[in-house]
Amino acid sequence: MLLIHCPYCEEERPELEFHGAGEAHIARPTNMGEISPEDFEKFFFIRDNRKGVVFERWRHLHGCGRFFNAVRHSVSDKFICTYKAGEPRPKLTDKQIAAVLPPAKGTPANEPIVNKGDAK
Amino acid sequence: MRKFSGFAIVREAMRAHKGWAEQWNNPEPRKQYDVIIVGAGGHGLATAYYLAKEHGITNIAVIEKGWLGGGNTGRNTTIIRSNYLYDESAGIYNHAVKLWEGLSQELNYNVMFSQRGVMMLAHNTHDVQVGKRHIHANRLNGVDNEWLTPQQVKDFCPPISIAKSARYPIVGAALQRRGGVARHDAVAWGYARAAADMGVHIIQNCEVKGINRGPDGAVSGVETTRGTINAKKVGVVAAGHTSVLMEMAGVQMPLESFPLQALVSEPVKPILPCVVMSSSVHAYVSQSDKGELVIGAGTDQYASYSQTGSMHILTDTLEAICEVFPIFTRMKMMRSWGGIVDVTPDRSPILAKTPVSGLYVNCGWGTGGFKATPGSGNVFAHTIAKDEPHKINAGFTLERFRNGRLIDEAAAAAVAH
Repeated sequence: MLLIHCPYCEEERPELEFHGAGEAHIARPTNMGEISPEDFEKFFFIRDNRKGVVFERWRHLHGCGRFFNAVRHSVSDKFICTYKAGEPRPKLTDKQIAAVLPPAKGTPANEPIVNKGDAK
Repeated sequence: MRKFSGFAIVREAMRAHKGWAEQWNNPEPRKQYDVIIVGAGGHGLATAYYLAKEHGITNIAVIEKGWLGGGNTGRNTTIIRSNYLYDESAGIYNHAVKLWEGLSQELNYNVMFSQRGVMMLAHNTHDVQVGKRHIHANRLNGVDNEWLTPQQVKDFCPPISIAKSARYPIVGAALQRRGGVARHDAVAWGYARAAADMGVHIIQNCEVKGINRGPDGAVSGVETTRGTINAKKVGVVAAGHTSVLMEMAGVQMPLESFPLQALVSEPVKPILPCVVMSSSVHAYVSQSDKGELVIGAGTDQYASYSQTGSMHILTDTLEAICEVFPIFTRMKMMRSWGGIVDVTPDRSPILAKTPVSGLYVNCGWGTGGFKATPGSGNVFAHTIAKDEPHKINAGFTLERFRNGRLIDEAAAAAVAH
């Protein structure tokens, strides 16, 4: 379970209090009736789904009830920071990103097979 | 390839099992292939097999980052059924069930397909209405599915509790008798062996780092950790990592990747004769031939590539299992694991051509792709070979998110997909 820092309540709370709300910084078009199917698809369905640092929305559902944004690494699941809704994407330093990288070898499942029997 | 048979076992037993050969090749990649499949899971290997068998294309490389069948093919809970609501879904999943029924014979490899029945429980009025709607829709599509009363549920699956005092009492169930389970690893191994026998190269421990495109924009091959490999056609069958791979070709996908978990109990004697699933309390369970209860949990609520998941997802699932099967409350759980599933907005897969000429994608199976393995590979092979979809996968396009022709199993199948 993740521990998530709510920027409004200003404390870390367990993930059970929160509702994940997908990718952040997707602006809803103000002229929805006029946009092309391509633009609607991009807004409504297409997602970055990045393997690495992601910007995402959370809602503190069983707390203050407010939406906010978070920066997390999608392999290590570690948060870099959270910030209030409406604020721009924070500029990340290399040091901040290095702190949340997964182990260099990746998860055990991604490690190459080394068959020790072959070495004989 | 040496054929497996009872006679072969006796023969090998007489000579200390020295005659068994390796079941698939482990070749150095060539510079050029006709088709490259990215991802040696069940769907990718099945695609290669049907390309070779039905379309005569044998100059194929199946490229795999890890090892064969080590992704979601080796991590799922092996449930097979086809009682989906919509025509397109019924078409592809039932195509798969029909192929499952002859698969062990066809591959000369025992995939241990067991049609023990899949029972989907109803706990309230809404479940009953949804269940019966599915049954009627399935009948119209020629898919078997029938309604059981609580007593019939108990008769079909004795360890279940149909107590009226339960917090989520069982008020009925939909049963697909042709559904069941298969041995997931054997499916990957069987397809790999049969494909390799027809000349398909299976290249493991080889990660695709880029997708190359020629001056006309069409696909020209892939960059891998073992050098450049060229091909005019590339099929991406990479499950949770599809977005990452398609990004390499400049195609943005309507996908999100989530961790999905499963767990198994200690092995016990045969107790559970069928597959039981419940969307409302979110549990699904079957018993493997080793005797372990195989239990599927849900996805985490956030997108992640971590191939693990949160403990509270597992405990939620086990609470549901104990609710439906009080008899299992004292069983020990042995192992749990996670896989990364790629989920589309309408919870239906994408098996289609892409805006990039020569690039094909088979993805979006979300939490329930294993059941479709033979059908998916079969129609995806057709799509690659003919450069147009088979009529069974004609609706599973990438464009449906633009033109609105969604196959909205999201609402139809809820969580138990």
